[in-house]
This record gives sequence, structure tokens and C-alpha cells, in this order.
Amino acid sequence: MARKKIREYDSKRLLKEHFKRISGQELPIKSAQIIESTDINELVEKEPWLSSSKLVVKPDMLFGKRGKSGLVALNLDFAEVAGFVKERLGKEVEMGGCKGPITTFIVEPFIPHNEEYYLNIVSERLGNSISFSECGGIDIEENWDKVKTVFIPTGDSLTSENVSALIATLPLEVKGEIEEFLKVIFNIFQDLDFTFLEMNPFTLVNGKPYPLDMRGELDDTAAFKNFKKWGNIEFPLPFGRVMSSTESFIHGLDEKTSASLKFTVLNPMGRIWTMVAGGGASVIYADTVGDLGYAPELGNYAEYSGAPKEDEVLQYARVVIDCATANPDGQKRALVIGGGIANFTDEQKLKEANMHIYVRRGGPNYQRGLAKMRALGEEIGIPIEVYGPEATMTGICKQAIQCITASA
Amino acid sequence: MATGQLFSRTTQALFYNYKQLPIQRMLDFDFLCGRETPSVAGIINPGSEGFQKLFFGQEEIAIPVHATIEAASAAHPTADVFINFASFRSAAASSMSALKQPTIRVVAIIAEGVPESDAKQLIAYARANNKVVIGPATVGGIQAGAFKIGDTAGTIDNIIHCKLYRPGSVGFVSKSGGMSNELYNSIARVTDGIYEGIAIGGDVFPGSTLSDHVLRFNNIPQVKMIVVLGELGGRDEYSLVEALKQGKVTKPVVAWVSGTCATLFKSEVQFGHAGAKSGGDMESAQGKNQALREAGAVVPTSYEAFETSIKETFDKLIEAGKITPVKEFTPPQIPEDLSFAIKSGKVRAPTHIISTISDDRGEEPCYAGVPMSSIIEKGFGVGDVISLLWFKRSLPRYCTQFIEICIMLCADHGPCVSGAHNTIVTARAGKDLVSSLVSGLLTIGPRFGGAIDDAARYFKDAHDRGLTPYEFVEGMKKKGIRVAGIGHRIKNRDNKDKRVELLQKFARTHFPSVKYMEYAVQVETYTLTKANNLVLNVDGAIGSLFLDLLAGSGMFTKQEIDEIVEIGYLNGLFVLARSIGLIGHTFDQKRLKQPLYRHPWEDVLYTK
Repeated sequence: MARKKIREYDSKRLLKEHFKRISGQELPIKSAQIIESTDINELVEKEPWLSSSKLVVKPDMLFGKRGKSGLVALNLDFAEVAGFVKERLGKEVEMGGCKGPITTFIVEPFIPHNEEYYLNIVSERLGNSISFSECGGIDIEENWDKVKTVFIPTGDSLTSENVSALIATLPLEVKGEIEEFLKVIFNIFQDLDFTFLEMNPFTLVNGKPYPLDMRGELDDTAAFKNFKKWGNIEFPLPFGRVMSSTESFIHGLDEKTSASLKFTVLNPMGRIWTMVAGGGASVIYADTVGDLGYAPELGNYAEYSGAPKEDEVLQYARVVIDCATANPDGQKRALVIGGGIANFTDEQKLKEANMHIYVRRGGPNYQRGLAKMRALGEEIGIPIEVYGPEATMTGICKQAIQCITASA
Repeated sequence: MATGQLFSRTTQALFYNYKQLPIQRMLDFDFLCGRETPSVAGIINPGSEGFQKLFFGQEEIAIPVHATIEAASAAHPTADVFINFASFRSAAASSMSALKQPTIRVVAIIAEGVPESDAKQLIAYARANNKVVIGPATVGGIQAGAFKIGDTAGTIDNIIHCKLYRPGSVGFVSKSGGMSNELYNSIARVTDGIYEGIAIGGDVFPGSTLSDHVLRFNNIPQVKMIVVLGELGGRDEYSLVEALKQGKVTKPVVAWVSGTCATLFKSEVQFGHAGAKSGGDMESAQGKNQALREAGAVVPTSYEAFETSIKETFDKLIEAGKITPVKEFTPPQIPEDLSFAIKSGKVRAPTHIISTISDDRGEEPCYAGVPMSSIIEKGFGVGDVISLLWFKRSLPRYCTQFIEICIMLCADHGPCVSGAHNTIVTARAGKDLVSSLVSGLLTIGPRFGGAIDDAARYFKDAHDRGLTPYEFVEGMKKKGIRVAGIGHRIKNRDNKDKRVELLQKFARTHFPSVKYMEYAVQVETYTLTKANNLVLNVDGAIGSLFLDLLAGSGMFTKQEIDEIVEIGYLNGLFVLARSIGLIGHTFDQKRLKQPLYRHPWEDVLYTK
């Protein structure tokens, strides 16, 4: 559970809904979402402005630099938007080294504008940073020196005093409106447990602030108190990450349990697979395989912790083993079942597979757990090397690599 | 943030949200260290008060339980650590009220998933009021030989193995709780051990940071070197880099930031910890390791080499004569918990209860070895369940049907019999169902309802000894004993009890033998010559027929039959049956909203 990016469509939906609640003012933004299952005719019926105004369409996939990559189309009518979407929906693009299909578009009224303001709020340890610039838009990075930032300590609110450094240079005609706008956005940021919010740019329509482009991140650990305010919120995977059925199965398990179960396939053909207990230790196991130069052979990242129940571990282990054995190619494979010395997780679990298995674990009852693993190895005739806390934690990684290279 | 020691050998904590195991582990650690007072002064369990029994060494102690944080703080003003085992939903609110207690200095939050904005409120409050927050999402921390938070350092075996029962010279801080335990082990292998270890938790914004604790360790004279285990994500390590650069840390620091593997993943991966997210170069493990190395920390080339770096740094301190040798002692033996010792096969203990009729431990409950599902699937009735639970065997259907008939016949006998009357009076006194039921049941005995057993006993005895009805009845008369099962208040020779006829008809049709009933009928024939109303009554019919059931079914040995009659099974049949009626009477009175019953004066003879 952590900071999660949300789609632009959802950012704007939350903004519009709660702008009204918090300020009493209507924010006149409109947006519609198109995904593969969207019925275009139904959408127009629900959002009649789509057929009456000129439109902007862009992918809503958590990546930026869309304008610079030619993925934004301006000043279209709805038929042209539909055509634009049809041409690109499901097509793979490459953004910042990540490849993936475009599955979601956002459509909005086309707003011809002159002013492009930049606004950014980031949650930090001791408060929130709020940044503003009169020179926003796609060249913001070139104009980074014009961005002004103030830091609002936890507990303080945005006042005319502390916001003044951001907007001092604005023309008086717009200053009041923008000050008010910043205050409302800051309130929404805090009220909805945003951890990051960016508008690049927002402009003025009839003298009123109007966000054109928006990015948001929510703290999903706050879901329990915000489920009403957030409504039907989606936390999409980062662009380029498509969850396999096994990954989404574990993801589902993770969401249901009080423990933590993480599983990411890195290379389905990999020959070193891991199933490591503990958030800290799991990272170190992956590091060690990388340090030894066998990162490409690493099949997965897997972590379970927080005292999962026995049947949860069993289901989890089944998935790891299914994935690890899904692509047999005659070469040796290794499963590394590792972990640090547990604080409270009882160590009498785990299951087996058709490969070399390396186990290292310590913690309550570890002697019995490890003895069972050894006995199991003998019983089913699979080589299992078992170590307790007397061995170094990551030593088994080296062994696993020796195993797969010996026969390679 | 405080600047030096947080804990000592006399530190006491308040423990929020009662959890038996972590508290017991704290107390076991206390005992191991030779502490004189337990480290948990009080427990807060919202809404409940009293005491919890826990072990302090061999002895049991009672730790006070309070309903509120305020009450606990007031009762234990010297307890300055608050250990919060609340769920992620309530951890923030309870931690804030703990921080607001003037007597609380350190709050450790175990829950994972505390909202970031809530954690920030706690951080701001703690900073403004010079208090310390450890966590959220942490196992806690330990000062070797002095004080331990919750589950930190795991089992007693591990604590002994890592020599955490006495202070060493190394200050250790990490994000990960699991890894802190691993490092206690590593550090114990290559140095004189831990002085203090803290896991700050895996969240994006921990209540206290790596550098907060490093700076604190720097001020503790007993800490000679500092070991730091960081993690990719966030910029916490950079405040440590700054502190190192500014020369604020004068003791050697050995550091490693894990997560170098993140570069292997093309897109963002959320690792196990919320704060561990592969972000920009600044937040990468490589970037942080490099920055720490440049700032003067000892940074190994990989995690594998971490232990060696720690050893080398410690060995240099020894050469420089900076390490005072640790006074070793053998910690006392902690008595093992019985349940654990039994599990590991070290001891055995006799059980105190034996049970043979049912077992609720498996997938589904079993009655006399028959699982619930087959009881339902085979269409068993109440009679079959009684045969399983009372006689521990499946009796043939005619037998269980006979049992059911007996229950139906005896379920009620109107409101005027003593049992029903008592139940009605009790129900009308406003008592609950169980009180009303048992007040009725308590009248069952030698005069009311107890005759079935007696009838069975006497008929069996007389029949088995071959007494003629004449010998039997006259023998009883001589002894002054009424013949149970014979005689009725209103029924007579010409107007026999319908229930008796029904039972006899059923038995004649289905039972292989009805010899005891025939004997009872012969007795009745004789008694009817003495008086018109000395008919075989329903008790006598059930009693005698039950003897036929036991003997005729061929499923009971002679000893078993004797035992069943002796123990008084048949009385059980009456109690069970009549409970149905008594419950009905209770409901009836309640439904009718009947007032308190008072017997009229006119109906009592007042006399000397």
C-alpha cells in the first residue's frame, strides 16, 4: 500500500466534484473517458457537449510528454475524435523505455488559450511544497528557473501571506482569482489525501482558472476513510506493466489479507526464482542475484510478510512454483526460498516443485520448519539445500547460480 | 527528537491493544536481562478494564488493563514509552492521543498502512513537542540488555544467539524490521554485539528517520560504531549524508542501501515496503550508496560484503583500543511455555478431560465418529443423533424411531404438572428462558417423571430373576415400594392410556422380541385384580419396551444393558422430551405477557 498514480480523468473528476463542495463554486471543466468497451453513442448521449464543441483527445495512461510525442489531437469534432481513438486504441507505443498498448483516452472540450500557468503540490515529510509558475505548458522544463516554490508545514493552511511569494508578479486583474484557486486546490489536496498533484498548464477562461492538463497521486492507504469521496477510483498499473493472470491473482490475495503478498514476473523464461519472506530481505535477494551478474536469469520478485495465514502462503507458493515451472527447457532451474530471521512469522509452511530448491530461514520454530523441508526433499527426491540462521542470508543465491551454470 | 538514550533498564511502557505474544516476549526479554521490573507497566484495551495474567520468568504477574490512554497514563506516570499495536485504521488517532500525554515520550507504531497525511500530523506534533515516533510499519527496536519493543528480535533463542540480553558497542538502524533481526545476527557474529537497534519502518515518511537515530547513537558514549541499512526510494539517507558531510557524526558508520536490483526492472515496481519504490536516480540504491560513500561512510560493494565491512570497522576500533570488553554473563533459563514444549515433543502432560462421543477438531464435527455431512445426507433423525451421542452406535431405524416416538409422547403433559407449573411461575416472574426451563426441569425426580428408570429397573430385575407377577408385586409391597410403571390417576381397565397402546402396537410390529413388555402386561393383569386403576402406564410401557429394545436389537452386551439401566438413560429421555414442552410453556407465557404469579391466600390453609 502506498502512493498510487491515478488517471487524468479521475483527477479531474475528483477536482470537479470536490471543488464545488469545498468552495461552493462550479469548476466548468468537462471530460469523458474512452476505453475499449465504451459505447460511443451512449457516451454522446450522456455527455452532449461532445457533439456540440470542438475537442481535445489524448491517451490517459499515466505517462507525460504526450504533446511532444504527437499523441495529443486538438480542435477535432467528435467523429474525428472517434477516428483518432480507433486508430490508436490497443496499439503499442514506447514511452521512456516502456512499451505498452494504449487502452484509455480522455476527451475534453478544446479551449483556445493564451495563459499557461503551472501548479504543483507535493507531499513531503514535514509539510507540503506548492510550486507555481506563469510560464507553464510543454516547455516547463526549459523554464524551470521561473517556478516559485513555498513550503507549507504540516498543520498550516494556505494564507494570503504564505501564498504571496508565488503570485506576487501576476497582474492585479487575475491575482485574486488565482490566489483563491490555489487555496481551494490546496484544500482539496489535503482533504482527499493526494500526495502529488500537478496542473501543467491551467489557464483562464472568462477570467476564471481552468485546468487543461492534470496529474494526480493518491495515498491508497487512506482508502478506508475516503472511499466515499473517491468514488469508483482506479489505480492503474504503471505504463508498460501488464499484470499477468498469476500476478493479478496474487494482487487479489494481497488486497484481501492483512499480510503483504507481492509477486512480479520479471522474466518468464528465467531460471532463478525466488520466494522470499520480508519486505527488506526480498529486495536484498534480488540485489544479490543482480550483483552476481545473473539478473537476466531472475524470474521474479516475490515477497510475503506480515504473518500470512498458512493457506495464503500455500496459494502463494503454488503460484510461484507454477510460474517457475511453466517453461521447462531441459536446463536446470533453481528456486530460492529465503528470508531473514523472522520476528513473529511461524516457520512451518511451504511446498515443493520440480527443481533444485535452496532454503534459508530463521525465526520462531525454524528448526521444525527446516527439518520438515529436509524430510520433504528426501521424500519426493528433489534436491533441497536447507540452511538456518547460522548461514549468511544470501549465500544460497550463489549456490543457486552455481547450480544453473554447472549444467548450462 | 531526543538527542541520546531513549531506553534504560528501568524503562516501562504502556501497551495499546492487548496482544498476548508480543507482551510475553517483552517480559521474557526482561527476565533474560535480569530486569527487576517488567517493561510493560500497563495495557490499554479500549473498552475493557481489569488485569491480564502474564509470566515474568517462572512467576505469573497481573498487569493492569485500562480502558483509555488517559487512564493508563495517569495510573503509570513513569511509563514513558507507548507501544501501539492498533490496526492501521485506528493507529493514527491512538498515537496522537498518546503523544499528547505529558508522561509519554516515545510512541512506537506497529501497524502497516497508516495514511501518509496522518503520519505527517504525528511527525509535526512530535517535532513540536520534543517526542519520538518510531514507525509506522515497524517491528520496533531494542536496547540490548535493557528494553525491547514488542516482537523485535524474535524468539528467545534468537535473542540469546545474538547476545541481545547484554549491551555491545554497535548502534544499528534500518528501515526493515525483518532485516534488523537478520543484522542483529550478523553483527553478533563479527562484533561484540548490538547496543541499540531501531527499525524505523518501511513507510514513505517514517516518524523518525535513519539520521535521527544515527545522530542519537553518536551522542551515546557506549555506542562505538554505527551500522545503517537503508533502502531504495525516498531521500531519507540524504539527511544522513548531510550530517556526515557536516561532521555531525564522529563515530564510524558502515552503511548499505538495498535495492540495487531496481534498475533491472524496466517499469516501476512496488517492492514490499511502501517507501521502496524505484524512482529517480537520487532515490536509487546506487545513488544513495554512492552519496554515503562520498560522505565518508564505509559502504561495501554488495550486501554480501556488508558483514565483512562491519567486521573490519569493528576490528579497527579494537586495535585502536576504543572498545571496552563486554562483561559476559549467562542469562537465566526462560521456562518454556507448556504448549510450545509439548509441540516440540520435549514434555508431556496428562489431560484433564476425556471425551468419547464427539469431536469438533476436524473439518466438520463428528458424532461418535460419524461426520455431520453423512448424518444430514443419510437423512438421520433426532433418534439417530441420540443413539450416536448416548449409545455411541448407530441403532437400526426401528430403534431410533421408537426413541423419537417416546420423545414425542413425553414432550408435554399440560400446564398443571409440577414441571410445567414451575416453568410458568418462573417465566411470569420475568426470568429468562434458561431459568424458566431449568426451574421446571428441577422438579423431575422420584415423584415426577422419574418412574421410567425405576420401572425398567424393577421389571428387568423381576423378569431376569424369573419372579412371577404375584411374587414380584407382593415382594415389592412387603418392602413398602410402589411398583413403578403401574397405576394411573384417571385411566383404568376399560379406558386404557392411548399412549401405551400406541407404543405397544409399534413394538409388536417392529421389535424382534417384546418379552419385557409381555412381562409388564402380566404384572398389569395381576395388579388389575387388586384395583381398577392399576394399569400399565406410559412410564411402565417405555421402561419395559426400552429393555426389549436393548436386549432385542442384539447390539448391546449384558453388561452394557445393566449399565444403561443403572446410569439412568431413560430418565434422560424424559428430561430431553419434556424440555420441549417446558420451552413451549415459557414462550407461551412471555407471548401472553402474563404478570407475576401470586398464589391466592384463599388457596392456602393457614394453621398452627
